[in-house]
Amino acid sequence: MAITQPPKIVTSRLGYDDSHTLERYLATGGYEGLRAALARTPEAVAAEVDAASLLGRGGAGFPAGRKWSMLRKNPVTYLVVNGDESEPATFKDHLLVERDPHQLVEGVVIAAYALQVSRVFIFLRGEFALGLERVQSALNDAYAHGAVGRDIFGSGFSVDVVVHPGAGAYICGEETALLESLEGKRGFPRIKPPFFPAAIGLYGDPTVVNNVETMSNLPWIMTNGGAAFAALGGGRSTGTRLFALAGHVANPGVFELEMVKTTFDDLINAPVLGGGIPHGRGLKAFIPGGVSAPWFGPDRIDLPLGQDEVAEAGSMLGSGSVVVMDDHTCAVRAAWRITKFFSRESCGQCTPCREGSGWLERIMERIERGQGREEDLDLLMDACDNISPGVAWPPQQTTICVLGPSIPSSISSAITMFRDEFLVHIKEGGCPYE
Amino acid sequence: MTEPTPVSAPRRAAFAPAAPTHLSADIVARAHELIALYPEPRSALIPLCHLAQEQDGWLTPEAMVDIAGLVGVTPGEVFGTASFYDMLHTEPVGTHVVAVCTNIACLLGGAAELLEHAEQSLGVGAGGTTSDGAFTLEEAECLADCDRAPCVQVNHRYVGAQTPESFDRLIADLRSGARAAEIPPHGTLIRVRRTTGLEVDPAAVADERRAAAEARAAREAAADGGGA
Repeated sequence: MAITQPPKIVTSRLGYDDSHTLERYLATGGYEGLRAALARTPEAVAAEVDAASLLGRGGAGFPAGRKWSMLRKNPVTYLVVNGDESEPATFKDHLLVERDPHQLVEGVVIAAYALQVSRVFIFLRGEFALGLERVQSALNDAYAHGAVGRDIFGSGFSVDVVVHPGAGAYICGEETALLESLEGKRGFPRIKPPFFPAAIGLYGDPTVVNNVETMSNLPWIMTNGGAAFAALGGGRSTGTRLFALAGHVANPGVFELEMVKTTFDDLINAPVLGGGIPHGRGLKAFIPGGVSAPWFGPDRIDLPLGQDEVAEAGSMLGSGSVVVMDDHTCAVRAAWRITKFFSRESCGQCTPCREGSGWLERIMERIERGQGREEDLDLLMDACDNISPGVAWPPQQTTICVLGPSIPSSISSAITMFRDEFLVHIKEGGCPYE
Repeated sequence: MTEPTPVSAPRRAAFAPAAPTHLSADIVARAHELIALYPEPRSALIPLCHLAQEQDGWLTPEAMVDIAGLVGVTPGEVFGTASFYDMLHTEPVGTHVVAVCTNIACLLGGAAELLEHAEQSLGVGAGGTTSDGAFTLEEAECLADCDRAPCVQVNHRYVGAQTPESFDRLIADLRSGARAAEIPPHGTLIRVRRTTGLEVDPAAVADERRAAAEARAAREAAADGGGA
């Protein structure tokens, strides 16, 4: 497929060194979307976002407009922005908070107006030290500019926005764990039902939780219209999206691409995008949407970058991160490292996740170190089955949140696609790639 | 549908918080600014832990007692919360916390080899602190800088992809203080202070909250009626 040249919706300022400043923001159309929004009714603003069919950019891909409209009849109390970007190999929000913090602030105020909330919390992962400083600076300037605070641009609408630092826990990206953390507690996900944030959220009040990238799309949608956004992309996957490409490619990075019109092949191999796999090596496998997603082999490389298209093929577009593994990669080692991550980051509430992730990690480690047994393959799949019955995709759940059912993806993918490699580790007593 | 009850209200009442004795007057003033930003004081617990680390480099037991008093929980609740989070250190750490990510994207970029080099270079294993207290080495999970793999952060500041050679130069620069302006000592997280308090009229917020509560009660009454 050809790589389309859509308008840059969220990355238009990244060519400037001072893209994070108010001066640059105002010189490049900044806060015009907010002015346009404030000139209309909150219902009209929400309808515009509905018309854009903007899918949430956090990972679950729920339509943002529908999330809001579910609440429009019920007064929403809080808007919380999820900037706890911690899904391995996902680094798009990192770019947005450091390089265009005013765009985030503007999007947040537009959403707050549509939802008619007076208090917003922007939760950023604590490791974004520079991002936290940049967003706080942007907020300070935005308050002084009259874009946040009391009587914004003379419209009569008022909202306070607070930046909240996390403290290092992957699970806080799960929205109910994030709310617990924001209440000053351990990041333990809440059970749903009844604790859907829209019904019982922050301090028990109705709360909308949206991702940083989702918010960052709103200024453009308000300036250019929801229809113009919906005209980009295809099917349910409208607009552009940030894809974070990492691993064995010549040119890793974040690329804003039109959804569906572009394929994984384009992203990985096009000279203007990933630039292909270096050192003349071939493609072994790629992870299409964060490490919770099942892997794809080279036979899936022509799939379009669309939410439903990837789901139909048995995985997910998730957080928009793509990890490329070349043919010199040990699948056992890769899957072991991902499993170790889940084991470290399990919050510990649910037994299948807490215990299962540790067992799986130890079995994977012994196979990689050459101490595995042939029956370990069945043992791995059995343990996976205890965490997520059937080890299918989309996964079944035995736990409070989706971290548990995300654990088996890498192991079952590696065993299904590279069973022989596991057997070589076991029979030869070591890793053939070392 | 059950309303979540406030955290341990009876015990909170039983714990009589004293005025802060360990945190400096400046830190306590900033703590009060932060607490004022939230509807519930406890929400400021984690930001206050970061502030305490800014003063001491780590989260001392004395600081946790002060924080407990400031947000109205027990010191045990502060410890129980803080110990959940990787960035909050309830044991002393070095002036420079060097985090080497070894998660999948960095692993593919040679992170395991870099971590091994870092361990040899600093003479401590991952999780350890050098005897002079200058460095703590950590094996980190994904730090969201995957196009610059293997990714390293020092005191949560990105320093870009590192090779073994550049890593040793980085350590030398940190020792000599050559990067002190860019990388503050461990614990200092956010150097930009909020310049305004909350601006929205509290009475207006109270009205909104009351309307929300009434609407919720009406919805629940309607739902109960529908179910009966």
